[in-house]
Amino acid sequence: MFDSYSISELGSIFVMQGFAGLILFSVYLLMALGLAIIFGQMGVINMAHGEFMILGAYVTYFTSQAFQHFLPALFPAYFFVAMALAFVASGTLGMIVEWGLIRHLYKRPLDTLLATWGLSLILQQVYRSVFGPREVGVELPAWMMGSLKLTDTIEVQINGLFVMTLTVIITAVVAVMMFRSRWGMQVRAVVLNRMMASAVGINTERVDRLTFGIGCGIAGVAGSAFTMIGSTGPTAGQLYIVDTFLVVVFGGAQSLIGTILSALSISQTQSTLEFFLSGSIAKVITLLGVVGILMLRPQGLFTLKVRR
Amino acid sequence: MNPETTPRTGFLTRSQLVGIALLALLIVVLLPLTLDIFRLNLVGKYLTYAFVAIGLVMCWGYGGILSLGQGIFFGLGGYCMAMFLKLEASSVENTKIQSTPGIPDFMDWNQLTALPWFWKPFASFPFTLVAVILVPTLFAFIIGTAMFRRRVGGVYFGIITQAIAAILTILIIGQQGYTGGINGITDLRTLHGWDIRTDHAKFILYFVNAALLFGVIGLCFLVRQSKLGRILVAMRDKEDRVRFSGYDVASFKIFVFAFAAALSAIGGAMFTLQVGFMSPSFVGIVPSVEMVIYTAVGGRLSILGAVYGTLLVNFAKTTFSESFPELWLLGLGGLFIAVVLAFPAGLAGIYDSHIAPRLAKWFSRKGRTPTPAMPVSTPAE
Amino acid sequence: MNAQPTNTQPSHEISPQRPGRVSDAMAPDFLLTVEGLTVSFDGFKAVNDLSFYVDPNEIRVIIGPNGAGKTTVLDLICGRTRATAGSIQFKGRELTKMSENGIVLAGVGRKFQTPSIYEDLTVFENLEISFPRGRSVFGALTFRRDAEVRDRIEEVAHMIFLADRLQTRAEFLSHGQKQWLEIGMLLIQDPELLMLDEPVAGMSVAERKKTAELLNKIIVGRSVLVIEHDMKFVEDIAHRVTVLHQGKLLSEGSIAHVKSDPKVIEVYLGH
Repeated sequence: MFDSYSISELGSIFVMQGFAGLILFSVYLLMALGLAIIFGQMGVINMAHGEFMILGAYVTYFTSQAFQHFLPALFPAYFFVAMALAFVASGTLGMIVEWGLIRHLYKRPLDTLLATWGLSLILQQVYRSVFGPREVGVELPAWMMGSLKLTDTIEVQINGLFVMTLTVIITAVVAVMMFRSRWGMQVRAVVLNRMMASAVGINTERVDRLTFGIGCGIAGVAGSAFTMIGSTGPTAGQLYIVDTFLVVVFGGAQSLIGTILSALSISQTQSTLEFFLSGSIAKVITLLGVVGILMLRPQGLFTLKVRR
Repeated sequence: MNPETTPRTGFLTRSQLVGIALLALLIVVLLPLTLDIFRLNLVGKYLTYAFVAIGLVMCWGYGGILSLGQGIFFGLGGYCMAMFLKLEASSVENTKIQSTPGIPDFMDWNQLTALPWFWKPFASFPFTLVAVILVPTLFAFIIGTAMFRRRVGGVYFGIITQAIAAILTILIIGQQGYTGGINGITDLRTLHGWDIRTDHAKFILYFVNAALLFGVIGLCFLVRQSKLGRILVAMRDKEDRVRFSGYDVASFKIFVFAFAAALSAIGGAMFTLQVGFMSPSFVGIVPSVEMVIYTAVGGRLSILGAVYGTLLVNFAKTTFSESFPELWLLGLGGLFIAVVLAFPAGLAGIYDSHIAPRLAKWFSRKGRTPTPAMPVSTPAE
Repeated sequence: MNAQPTNTQPSHEISPQRPGRVSDAMAPDFLLTVEGLTVSFDGFKAVNDLSFYVDPNEIRVIIGPNGAGKTTVLDLICGRTRATAGSIQFKGRELTKMSENGIVLAGVGRKFQTPSIYEDLTVFENLEISFPRGRSVFGALTFRRDAEVRDRIEEVAHMIFLADRLQTRAEFLSHGQKQWLEIGMLLIQDPELLMLDEPVAGMSVAERKKTAELLNKIIVGRSVLVIEHDMKFVEDIAHRVTVLHQGKLLSEGSIAHVKSDPKVIEVYLGH
């Protein structure tokens, strides 16, 4: 299959596909980050995670509309406002859901899976009824349009670069929160020993709610970033949920580095294969590879041996 | 719940027999007498999902293994049957306008000029019947062996089965030339020359389906009442204790998962026969998870409950999506949440805690308290 | 114990009061031979180069402070945890390579620390599952509850003081009764080596007495490995005692010997 390309063309293909893969990587990682916090730290499966992301995307869409109509002067900067709003909206919804639903199910992980699936169906229908069934796309500010020409044959889109930068920043913030902040310490304490954490004065219920809220909030931010590179519809979240879960599980649920590396390897494999094979076969091979490796190493790629 | 239960030594207790008889009365007598053939065919279609739901009772309710990919096996069973019917419908004289006569129409549209090798054996009906059961069961056996031997379970298993369902759907849709793509395998006509599209054939197939369903129900009762059934319950509760009592836990899990897959496959094949087509929309994640709700509504520990749950949810679906389509998803989503939060034992739980005690009181004048139909316990993890 | 295999370090404490053992590396007359056993969790050695030997019909008690690795030793013997190095031989068979259920079939039974029974099943059904027949998938499908099964279950139920509770769902038993039920499940299994992890923890005084009585009844014809903290109970039942500390063997011998060992006193009282 390489016959028809020259060496330099092949090089460019790999770079461009690598870049496309990096955008996919950003989407996977942003979604997986929230999921990794909720699943990795709390052991809760949130099948509605994609819908929290879509909520963030809708918030971004409406913020862009509002800026266009009321504050056109500030339009170039609307995205940063939208991102904050998306975090707050998804995070708040997440905390409400934790209070109303998740906290009753901490001892029944399989049931959480079903309940959050139900939640995702409800959210999808609500989006469809409120925002309409059509996909919506935001208008990008002028500075985000266009592309950078690196060489004659290689060029990269600015919005893609922007999303990647954003991913790096958000990941860094999450890492600092997990490993440096008081909240992160409390979360890890609760995960390791809920009784003891509660005995030393940590309000475990509050930590749970906050953790779930922050995980959902990050999903909202992911959705916000998502609008920069694609359009949003009521069921767009569902398309990504299984992939994202595989990313988290593949990396080893409790490891942030693992999540990053697995998002990177899965997205790069998929986008490179996509160029040479049809999209569906590329996806099938990637997913099969992940499932196959998970069968050989169910604890994920980056976990340590611990006493059961 | 009555704490004192007698050990079950016979095959079925009296209340179980009564339960099966009531269901048979509904399915074999009442519904065929009251419904027109269109509606009866619809019920027949729902009942093919009941095979999946019963399989989930065994695998999820008793075994504690939640598979979110039962559509895989339903679909594989259905596709095996559809391949046979499609080959029969694609005889040379039926397809003489094609550029390659004698192969299914979608292959011709996709520029295939010969039948792919894996289609060829499906020209034989006995082979098809064996394949309907064996292909999905073998596939489940492989998945189960890979996962359970390595102690993968719980939510991981759910996610992986979901991923496999997604992979299979993408594969079927992507490989149109071999599978009929997103439309599936359609335009199925005859089974050994017998036209399955007529009302009369649909009527007969309904009863064939019902007979198979009761056969499967009997088989499940048999498995559940055997020591294997109790080992499943024990495993769900204290897996390590079973392991250190000398059992190879993985092989029991593989068995029950493959068993559930075989049941789903029967359902899939009967679906193809009664509805006249098979498509990837019955394979993927969404239908697979939806089938779990049938079991959950019926009561995850109740074999008969699974049938009622399937019928109820599907009647509701048909009614709602005919009149208020936008409400249906809300209703279904709400159902998932309600069943998990408020009624983890489903309809069977409501029966056990509210109806059965009253019946027992009523019957107790004649004899001793009948044993409850099913042990309702804390929900499986 | 004189039988000191050549490949272990000679620094282990050897109690001299059991003479007459032939010094033979194969030591065929030990029921259980543990040599150089080591397991490391992520660099931390929970059990470190541990060797000990259990005779047929011996009651051996393992004691040691929290975190000494007692439960891990049982986990290693029954295959729940895999050893990093070393060997465990049971009647001359290497256990470290066998599957968990294979180890059970070879004759090793294990009771867990917290009562581990099937709450959704009746006492009868709990005991029945441990009956050593029909352990394969097909065997379980075709298992028949015949007179032999029923008699044996009734016999054991009598021993564990649960004869009149056979039809009770196990979740309705008291904590002590649950412990007895699990011991009964092991009895039905009829293992040659019975391993008990804190069998009297959380029991009332009366229950403790009954349990000691029960243990004294069931040890006939088998070896028992017990983890216990209650020194009164240990004195009642132990033939010999092995003391673990930080994954290593600290002392071994009769209870009097162990109690007077300065190293043991240091570990228990020194801080």
